[in-house]
Amino acid sequence: MSLKSLDPRITREGLPEEPDNTPVENIHHWTTFEVFHQTKKGDRHIHVGSVHAPNHEMAYILAKEQFARRADCVSLWIVKTSDVYQTNYRDEDMYENNQEKMYREAGGYKVMERINKYRKEHSK
Amino acid sequence: MYGGGYIFEETKNGERTVEDPKRLEDFEARIQAGEKIEPMDWMPAEYRKQLIRMIEQHAHSEIIGALPEGTWITRAPGFRRKLALMAKVQDEVGHAQLLYSAAETLGKPREMMINDLITGKSKYSNVFNYPAVTWADTAVIAWLIDAGAIINQVANSKGSYGPYCRALERICMEESFHLKYGHDNVVFLATGTPKQREMVQDALNRWWKPIMHFFGPSDKISVHTETLMRWKVKMASNDDMRQKFLDMYVPKIWELGLSIPDQKLKKNEDTGIWDYTEPDWEEFKRVINGDGPCNKERLAVRRRAEEKGEWVRKALMRNAEEYTIPLS
Ligand SMILES: [Fe+2]
Ligand SMILES: [Fe+2]
Repeated sequence: MSLKSLDPRITREGLPEEPDNTPVENIHHWTTFEVFHQTKKGDRHIHVGSVHAPNHEMAYILAKEQFARRADCVSLWIVKTSDVYQTNYRDEDMYENNQEKMYREAGGYKVMERINKYRKEHSK
Repeated sequence: MYGGGYIFEETKNGERTVEDPKRLEDFEARIQAGEKIEPMDWMPAEYRKQLIRMIEQHAHSEIIGALPEGTWITRAPGFRRKLALMAKVQDEVGHAQLLYSAAETLGKPREMMINDLITGKSKYSNVFNYPAVTWADTAVIAWLIDAGAIINQVANSKGSYGPYCRALERICMEESFHLKYGHDNVVFLATGTPKQREMVQDALNRWWKPIMHFFGPSDKISVHTETLMRWKVKMASNDDMRQKFLDMYVPKIWELGLSIPDQKLKKNEDTGIWDYTEPDWEEFKRVINGDGPCNKERLAVRRRAEEKGEWVRKALMRNAEEYTIPLS
């Protein structure tokens, strides 16, 4: 006996009536790709997620379907996940600003004091 | 759709991993401060385990949830409805993909999750073990089950795990179309011919029980979730979400002149809390453990799809490419 469904197409599949608990083949994994999406020309590409695919072309097809079927999009970038070099949040402190490096900041340059002093001395 | 009524695993005291107290304290302080936890961050083993379980169940629910509605695509009344239903079903499958990726960042590969779904090892939302008998059932599902899912997902999108929150943000945007589409379908039938009204009333009668089950067992009997709530894995209690749902949607059902098959359903004006007949949680358990009207069909259909696609996946396989965990 095969499984009877309200949907005739499912009934026609002749599915077994009893549950089958044998594992499905899952040794082979496609690799993953990261997807970057650009909403309109001139904007930046923004990371929106990832897809599983065997190669860049398939990754592109799946990414287009997943991330560009609704929102405006003019371009996608596809990058193999393993090609992304990432830093660890454990090392977050290496991005902290060094307060002694004010020479790197606009605020590290204060000229008005000198100008005012100069003008005072030469305005007699 | 379709997060809701997650079954969290009960951890016996002896099994719990003992965590470094200092790290645990820092971790909890970050969550308290509203920070998001990212894949490479330290996290307690229990946090990882329960999150995988929850996000995976959510992903499975999207995939299986596409089946009862998907079955009506070929029989949708009219071209526009057919297009809309196809778009909705495609969204749901897309949600599953986003969620599988989020779960993968925690270390469980997607193929393994799919295997656990098909072999019945992991669960999905119980409501999809019930059939969509007529077109009106799809209308009720798209409106009210998606409405329930939105309540759950909006709450969860404020949780602590970054990849899950980001996936949910995107999902919630699409769900608002599902809700509108479903409401439109219900209103069309409810304001139509007597036959159409009868159809939608019947569907509502059939679906009320699964809808009340949707948010999971009453807080009185469900697994203790204080830790999960402190870790912002679970964001609202089952009963609170159910109350919110009743508050938002019962008036909208009644305004269409439809009736809800529960004599006790009534808002207590003093407390603002809805009274209702306690759902049959024994039935809920029985169905989720395999004994519902459609469990077998759902898994058999999913297995057949997996088997039919196997040669394509294999043909495209490049053995040199090794699987990498997605970034976020
Ligand atoms: Fe939905
Ligand atoms: Fe969904």
